[in-house]
Amino acid sequence: MPERTKQKTHIEFTLNGEAVEVAFAPHKTLLEVLREDLNLMGTKHGCELGECGTCAVLVNGRSALSCLVLGLEAEGRSVETVEGMASPAGLHPLQETFADTGAAQCGYCTPGFLLVAKELLAANPRPTREEIKEALCGNLCRCTGYIKIYEAVELAAARMRGEELELPREAVYGLD
Amino acid sequence: MARYIGKEMSRVDGVAKVTGRAKYAAEFRAPNLAYGFIVLGTMAKGRIREIDTREAERAPGVVRVFTHLNAPKLGPKASTEYAPPRNTREQDKSFRALQSDRIYFNMQPVALVVAETYEQARYAARLVRVSYDTERHTTDTEAVRGSARAPSQGSPPKPRGNPEAAMKAAPVRVEAEYRIPVEHHNSMEPHAAVAAWEGDKLTIFDKTQDVYGVRAHLATSFGVPEENVQVVSPYVGGAFGASLRPNYYPALTAMAARELKRPIKVVYTRTQMFTGHGYRPYTIQKIALGAEASGKLTAMIHQAVHNTSAFEEFNDNTTGFTRQVYACPNLLAPTMIVATDLPTPTWMRAPGAVSGMFALECAMDELAYALKIDPLELRLINYAETDPESGRPWSSKALRECYRLGAEKFGWKDRKFEPRSMRDGRLLVGWGTATGVWGAFQRPAIARITLRPDGTAHVTSATSDIGPGTYTVMTMIAAEYLGLEIERVKFELGDTKFPRAPAQGGSQTTSSVGSAVHGAALAVGAKLLTLANQDASSPLKGATASDVEMLDGRLRLKSDPSKSVSVAGVMRLNNLSEVTETFESRPSPERQKYATMAHGAQFVEVKVDPDIGHVRVTRAIEVTACGKIINPKASHSQEIGGVVWGIGMALQEATEIDHRYGRIMNPNLQHYHVPVNADVHEVETLFVEEDDKVVNPLGVKGMGELGMVGIPAAIANAVFHATGKRVRELPITPDKLL
Amino acid sequence: MRPFKYVRASDAAAAARAVAANPRAKFLGGGTNILDLMKEDVERPNELVDVTRLKLSEIKAASGGVSIGALAKNSDTANHPLIRRNYPLLTQAIVAGASGQLRNMATNGGNLLQRTRCQYFYDTAMPCNKREPGTGCGALEGLNRIHAIFGWSDKCVATYPGDMANALYALDAVVRVRGASGRERAIPVGEFHRLPGDTPQQDSNLAHGELITAIDLPKSNFAKNSYYLKVRDRASYAFALVSVAAALELERGRVKQARVVLGSVAHKPWRSLEAEAALVGGPASEESFRRAAEAALAGAKPLAHNGYKVELGKRAVVRALMRASRLA
Repeated sequence: MPERTKQKTHIEFTLNGEAVEVAFAPHKTLLEVLREDLNLMGTKHGCELGECGTCAVLVNGRSALSCLVLGLEAEGRSVETVEGMASPAGLHPLQETFADTGAAQCGYCTPGFLLVAKELLAANPRPTREEIKEALCGNLCRCTGYIKIYEAVELAAARMRGEELELPREAVYGLD
Repeated sequence: MARYIGKEMSRVDGVAKVTGRAKYAAEFRAPNLAYGFIVLGTMAKGRIREIDTREAERAPGVVRVFTHLNAPKLGPKASTEYAPPRNTREQDKSFRALQSDRIYFNMQPVALVVAETYEQARYAARLVRVSYDTERHTTDTEAVRGSARAPSQGSPPKPRGNPEAAMKAAPVRVEAEYRIPVEHHNSMEPHAAVAAWEGDKLTIFDKTQDVYGVRAHLATSFGVPEENVQVVSPYVGGAFGASLRPNYYPALTAMAARELKRPIKVVYTRTQMFTGHGYRPYTIQKIALGAEASGKLTAMIHQAVHNTSAFEEFNDNTTGFTRQVYACPNLLAPTMIVATDLPTPTWMRAPGAVSGMFALECAMDELAYALKIDPLELRLINYAETDPESGRPWSSKALRECYRLGAEKFGWKDRKFEPRSMRDGRLLVGWGTATGVWGAFQRPAIARITLRPDGTAHVTSATSDIGPGTYTVMTMIAAEYLGLEIERVKFELGDTKFPRAPAQGGSQTTSSVGSAVHGAALAVGAKLLTLANQDASSPLKGATASDVEMLDGRLRLKSDPSKSVSVAGVMRLNNLSEVTETFESRPSPERQKYATMAHGAQFVEVKVDPDIGHVRVTRAIEVTACGKIINPKASHSQEIGGVVWGIGMALQEATEIDHRYGRIMNPNLQHYHVPVNADVHEVETLFVEEDDKVVNPLGVKGMGELGMVGIPAAIANAVFHATGKRVRELPITPDKLL
Repeated sequence: MRPFKYVRASDAAAAARAVAANPRAKFLGGGTNILDLMKEDVERPNELVDVTRLKLSEIKAASGGVSIGALAKNSDTANHPLIRRNYPLLTQAIVAGASGQLRNMATNGGNLLQRTRCQYFYDTAMPCNKREPGTGCGALEGLNRIHAIFGWSDKCVATYPGDMANALYALDAVVRVRGASGRERAIPVGEFHRLPGDTPQQDSNLAHGELITAIDLPKSNFAKNSYYLKVRDRASYAFALVSVAAALELERGRVKQARVVLGSVAHKPWRSLEAEAALVGGPASEESFRRAAEAALAGAKPLAHNGYKVELGKRAVVRALMRASRLA
């Protein structure tokens, strides 16, 4: 059986569609490998104990908490982070709608939400609001109050289906 | 007609945030960076008898272990602008790490382990051995409430009228006691600093709401001039008050960096956040309300006691707003504090106001039931047409319209008065209402604008954007008054190389910094006018600064836009590559003639499962009147966030302390519950704009705090309406409703 | 975390041997409840044997029932057509647990082995006999709102926090394990976890080095009438205050067979034979369910802060049975 101890270990995996090779100590989590060794700071650390969802990435297309995955477990697998969501053609529809609707406020939880929402829409292009809430239940946000996040996911889902969606209007009873 | 102000604008920093490019404090790198990990103590009060770092020092990668034995002493700390009370500049007694063997609270830092990697530092931190001489501690506010005293600073507010006698004489009285546990902000981003020295010059990347405050603190801590310290904080992943004061870690980080002559990064773990900054204090409130049978209030006695630390006073002025909410001739509303062996509390979203209004607005609901008057009607009966405290007129107050609009949207007229009278199948339905209040604060702030001939502008002010959309709103204001397309304006903040701005707290940023940006833009126009009128043929001859405006590269007469000059042309003629103006805005003396406050009305529906005690907030309508709304998109989002904070406070949030050990037992997000997606259903936020030229030139008031102020009370009132059970101790968890 | 040796197992036998050979070695499955505990210095293995790439993740029909691989992910298990159709109680229980991300990571075997969420267990500065035998139980006279009302000892009042195991117990599932010697044995789920007694450091009856290979579900007559109820402090993503796995086999409105398992009330999933006896032969009615609930909670011994669990437990049992029998 292959055995790894204190020395740095080399592994290869696919990161945002490209093959990468990286060497790190075996106790490092994927989160630390991404942030410290690969300088990809888009994946956030919020609690490091699997309680907040800010560090969510996709491993082989499925969301996982990178703070609870050893970097070594990524070997041979495909990892996607927020840095890989946009294409040369532009932002991913979810990125667009999160930016447009105000689903990103302080922005710290946003990358985790984006990746989990992407996983949801890949499996379910027309999620109900309840399904969105359930899929995103492990992602905590302290700023937005979540409503704008639901709307951003619904709007992106509609656009990805080639439809448009009218978001509820909000009112300022005002001066002009 | 405004081009940007009042229009929906997406965040200018939105793309940076959705692509992972926005850089938060811990994400700055420096060559040869080493990592510090904080070791926390394990008892609540006493002294460190012995601290053994030998094993930690031998661990792989460890560079140094700092303790009180080898850490240099930090100089006295100047208080920050936002320090209580009333901006006094006396010496700050806030906690600083590793300065002595004294233990003031459990989970106090006792060592900092610095190593080549984060994991090495974290591992070695486990190897530090500490023994203590313990002393008897007190962390239970209930146990010591009898020794509560008035805060030593500021004169205690005098009673209004004769509250005791009026209370005795009141035909209808209610009296009750309410409790709020310790709560923690729990922003998603943990606090972090990266510090690097070059000689006597320090650069520090910090998560802060107040770069200038951190700068002053570090300058005095290390005995260097303020100009030698640069504090950088471009993005903050939420803070909610937890980064208003310089916490202990920036000085600790900078100290290690100075001693080791290399850059150091320190990041709090989630657990360390629970004693690494303050918290909403444990608050006990006793309220008595006296009224005539008509509902007219005749006496209010609202007494609050909350804890502070043993080494420092903190007072969140729990009862402050009670004096200004309802018209009542007789009132007593002191806030008292009592020392506990816990860290010092601090401001947490809507500090004081949300706590005080929870008690007051629940008590008003209790009074409504004692009187058999509709709770909303009771509030209207006691509507304060002028400020009950000062007697001054309001600069603006559209609260009545908030009540009316909210009631209409919510369908309040269909509410049945009796508790337990509304149902949805098995579920008990409850409708509750409450009033929200916050100030319309403004503080001095400075902004600088550089306008270039190519029609681009660079705008700076050292404020912060912890999430509300400050980057965006300042860009909008600058673009509006410079008459530029918004894409041509770049606003920067969060850096002491920019002009001074107050801390981002107390919902005063748009009023303070926005006024400075507005003023700087007008100053640019005035400067251009002066330059233009040096030319004898200027079509603007005779015009004064207030007669002109800028639009799309031209400076023109407001009254006759056909009379204009080219901005680029004026600069060219004067051989200028740019025009830069710095403007300091200050609160107008006119404000002294008025009382200035922001108001709101909240309407909440809960559905309670009577079998298992689960409460769902199925509908919330919040109507707020906080002056002019500059960016409705960000503003709605901000208020929704406030509502959800209210849901958390009402139903979930509590920091649990085992008083035997004086130790926080749920310093994590698995046991400290904040609302999740599934807790949030329909939330609608509405604004009733107010035309208020008194508060500041933009007519804006605070809204970030306001959004949550009335919500916990409205929810608790709705729970009473649903169940007939009055829960006076937050949070309202299922076990309290069985 | 403390330094450790990382080994990727090539097959189940080698994995079991590797762990058996080192008293401080642990299996690494989904990692969701070992890496966090290692970071907190609660778990201190010096060797992790990664079993996640072993071929033990199949979910297949077997002898009338279904066999689910120990390394199948929770989310795949919950969504599997065989499980959804024949064991909806299991799907409900898994979905009630954790978040999507965690279910994507967590394995079925690992889920059984998740450790208590007692705050004193998590805090190395606090006494805890489970973490460090002999130091005392911090929760016994401390904060114990989320702790046990059944089967606790003065050494430990922690609960088993999981959801999946409660459903598995109600469904008469059997855990298949393989030891280092190659010996396989089958442990009924109800005997898998244990009460704390004087040795709370031991959560289960699994021997060191034994690897869970599969969980077998027998043919079930409960598919039509089962329900998993989880009561918690917020609407999702929280551990249960009380949960109930209720399963009924009904025949013309009468209960032919019943299972009532409570979660988060004891150091193990807590099956109430008393409640089941009260149900069997009787009508599927609210009144009968109330009697069963009284029987289920009759022996409860609450602590200072969790007295509410007795009443809540009764109500939860009634509600779960009502839902299972489609009366509510």
